[in-house]
Parts: sequence; structure tokens; C-alpha cells
Amino acid sequence: MAYSDKVIDHYNNPRNVGTLDKNKKEVGTGLVGAPECGDVMRLQIEVDPETKTIIDAKFKTYGCGSAIASSSLATEWLKGKTIDEALKIDNMDIVEELSLPPVKIHCSVLAEDAIKAAINDWRIKNGLEPLKLEDHH
Amino acid sequence: MKIPIYLDNNATTPLDPRVLEAMIPYFTEKFGNAASRNHSFGWEAEEAVDYAREQVAKLINANEKEIVFTSGATEAINLAIKGVAEMYEKKGDHIITVVTEHKAVLDSCKHLERLGKKVTYLPVNKEGLIDLNQLADAITDKTILVSVMYANNEIGTIQNIREISKIVRSRGVLFMTDATQAVGKIPVDVEADGIDLLAMSGHKIYGPKGVGALYVRRKNPRVKVTAQMDGGGHERGMRSGTLNVPGIVGLGKACEIAQQEMPTESVRLAKLRDKLEHALTTTIEETYVNGSREHRLPHVSNISFNFVEGEGLMMGIKNIAVSSGSACTSASLEPSYVLKALGVNDELAHSSIRFGLGRFTTEEEIDYTIPYVQQAVARLREVSPLWEMFKEGVDFSKVEWKAH
Repeated sequence: MAYSDKVIDHYNNPRNVGTLDKNKKEVGTGLVGAPECGDVMRLQIEVDPETKTIIDAKFKTYGCGSAIASSSLATEWLKGKTIDEALKIDNMDIVEELSLPPVKIHCSVLAEDAIKAAINDWRIKNGLEPLKLEDHH
Repeated sequence: MKIPIYLDNNATTPLDPRVLEAMIPYFTEKFGNAASRNHSFGWEAEEAVDYAREQVAKLINANEKEIVFTSGATEAINLAIKGVAEMYEKKGDHIITVVTEHKAVLDSCKHLERLGKKVTYLPVNKEGLIDLNQLADAITDKTILVSVMYANNEIGTIQNIREISKIVRSRGVLFMTDATQAVGKIPVDVEADGIDLLAMSGHKIYGPKGVGALYVRRKNPRVKVTAQMDGGGHERGMRSGTLNVPGIVGLGKACEIAQQEMPTESVRLAKLRDKLEHALTTTIEETYVNGSREHRLPHVSNISFNFVEGEGLMMGIKNIAVSSGSACTSASLEPSYVLKALGVNDELAHSSIRFGLGRFTTEEEIDYTIPYVQQAVARLREVSPLWEMFKEGVDFSKVEWKAH
């Protein structure tokens, strides 16, 4: 299976690899997937308390090239977005942007789940109700 | 040195130029049908097939009359298992095989189960070896066939074929082996090893694709299989279909070369394999060699690089062609059933890479591969949350994973 140029680019030059301080109130962490399934994504956001804007995003991913690319792309998209805007990122947007084949759609689903998990973690830390997430699977 | 480097010789091997040379005339001027008995075109083809039959037989210490040419090992395996089940159905309905066999064996057995036969799938230990006592206990008076692969395609583990066949044949049961990965690589001797049926393939031994053979013992005991294809009754009625003369000539030549070169080739490849394996496992933390290191084909090394996913790693080492037990490389999304049968956990199975060296692998290529893989693993671990958690001493069993 050939990878798209965009997947290869994100794989070779992943954006925003790293770790934010998960204990900070402004930081939300989403850890999704499982080692035994072959992919784990950790996506973190740092939110400006005043504007509710994501000022930083970092990821680390254990998985195939498409999983790494999906989470790298997600962090790129998250930066500068408000929480409300971030919630609108749909996995199919990632599929389209990276030209993921059907067998790799689960990588984009995982990235969307990671975004929502990170937002929920941030909401809970800041005394907000966690959002009810629809189950994709 | 040519990039990409081919290190997937358990999947297939390049055709040896000497094999190609032997085959070429049989595509063009020597195109006869080996079954044409009345003219020189047919005789020429038949002669070539007879010669190839001797070359194949010699490599496994068989008689040429015991060789049945097929389209490959998959067909040979199907013919052996289904053919024995049908031929000996009055004697019994039970077959014993092993969980780590190739799908050709497992799915042939599943097919027979659907027809009402009984199949026992023996487990393996962490090295990939079966337990001889368990084998002996599994044999009943209804058992007609035991099929145990000579060497495994994913991990290279070599079964204790001589001891296995002793147990099987002492109970009056036929012993078959899928020797696709072993023939031409290590000495295989149907007499000394006590083999009644043996499947092999051309393209794993620097011969052409689309040709293989089934060895069917002719005496002590005389083994018969029921043909699985109807037609002109070729190959003593066991495998109908016009013989693939160029392919068969190629298989014969490949066997001859393998026999000549095995003593030096196996030593050379073991040395290169050990160099690669030692370098990778001693310089990279958290690496695990899968399967037996002692009872193993000389050219195979299967290594799990913990906290790095196999397909992701392969993308990072695109200048070398290898394969992985990762789920992402298969349609099923399940990691390798062979590694799972060894008790390797799913996480390590997802992280496995099989290096398969071959006749044309050079030391220069191995010297390139070592730092290339080291760098890719290091880079991917920098991106891996699991690596970070491992370094922080997180107990993975206590993490609440959100499996999807």
C-alpha cells in the first residue's frame, strides 16, 4: 500500500511532538488506543483561560505511519482554534486531508477521539461537565 | 550497493540467474508437452522433467519416482492433507497438526473439519517447539496423519523432526511436513528424518514462482493420496494438468544449486544474521528475539522492538524490505498468530520485524541495515507515548487503555 505524500511528510517531519505538563490546569490530555491494538495516541492541548483558545498542542503516537500523521495533523489544526471550533474537527476531515485509504480510517477516528478526550480532560479540570462523546465503534 | 535492500527472503527469493538460464530454452525452442509420447518435442520436454525430478529428489534424499510436481507448496500441502484424508478415510478421520503452521495447512485442516473430520492443533512453547509427549498423547487409533512444519516461516524455528516422526510412525500414522522454508536451506533427508509426505516450493529457494513439489513415499510404507484435480492423470494420477516444464526445470536447477551451496551458504548467512541480530539487540534497549535461537534457520531473525509499532517502523526503514507481525500489515487487524502462539503479547507482536537474509545478501547491506534500523527505532521512540511512559516507570497493566 502506498502512502500519500502528506502522510509521508507528517511521518518524516511530525509537527508538535512532545509533552505538556499534564498537571497544569490549562492542559488537557487525551490518551486513546491500547498497546495490544497496535496504536496509542496521546494528544495534549493548552488552553488560554480567558479566550478558551488552544495556544499549544503536542502529541506522541505509537502506531503506523497513518496514525502518526493523523495525530500530527490534528495538533496542527488545533493550534489557534477555540475549544468550540476544535470540537468540530471530524475524522473524515483528516481522512480527506491525508487521503487515507479505508483500512486506515480507524487512525483518523483515533485522532478525533484523542482531541475529544483532551478537551474533556481540560473541561473536568476546569470544573465543567465532561461532554458526552458519541461512540464511533 | 543497491537500494532498497531485500531482506524478506522468507516471503520469496529472487530467481538465481543460473536457474533462469536453465529455464529459458523451455519457453521457446524446447516448448514440447512432456506428455506427448510420439515426437521429439515431447521426448525433449519429458527428458528435462525427468532430470529435474532427479535433481529435486536428490536434495531431499528421495527417489525420483516419489516426486509429484505441483504449482507450489500450497497446492502440494492441499493435495497431501486432503488427499490422505480421502484415501485413508476407512482407516480413520483424525489429523494432528500445530497452531503455528502455515495457513495452507491450517485452512486445509479447517476445510476437512467442515467435512466432519477431526483435527487436533498442538500448541507450541515460547520457542515455537511442540511437546513430544503432547504429540504422543494426541495420537489415537483414528489418527491417519500428523503434519508438522519443518521450519517456521515467521520465526525460523526448526522442529525436532526426527523425534516427531519416530513417535508418529511407531504408531502406524503417516508423517507429513511442510518443508517450504527448510528445503535447500538446511539438510532435509526424507529417509533419516522419517518423512512420508513433504511439501516444497520453487520460489523460496531461488527458483521460479508457480512451481513446487510434493514428495510421496513409495515404500515402507507405500503412501497414496487421492488426486484433488481431475484430468489427464499426470504425475502418476496424483496431479493432473500439463506439466509446467520451464518451471520444473527451474525448480530442479534451484535444488541442484542449493545442494551444492548449502554448506557454505548456511554458514555465511548465519554469520551475517548473527551480526545483525547481535548489533540490534545489544545496542537497542527493549528488543526481544522471537522464537528459538538454538533451533533456527540460519538466515532468519525475528525481533520485537518494544514501544515501536511494526508498520510504523517499516515506513521508517523504507530502504530495506522486511516484514512485520503487526496487525496493520494484514487485512485482519490481528497481529501474527504465530507470535501469539509463542506467548508473545500483542504489543510485542505488533512491534516485530522479520529479517530474512538470502543468497544475495551482502555484508555491506547488513552494515548499512544496522545503524539504519537503530536510528529509525530511536526516532520513533521519541514520538512514542509508550516509550515515554516506560521511561517514567509507568506500569502499563495499571493504565486504563481506551481500546477502540
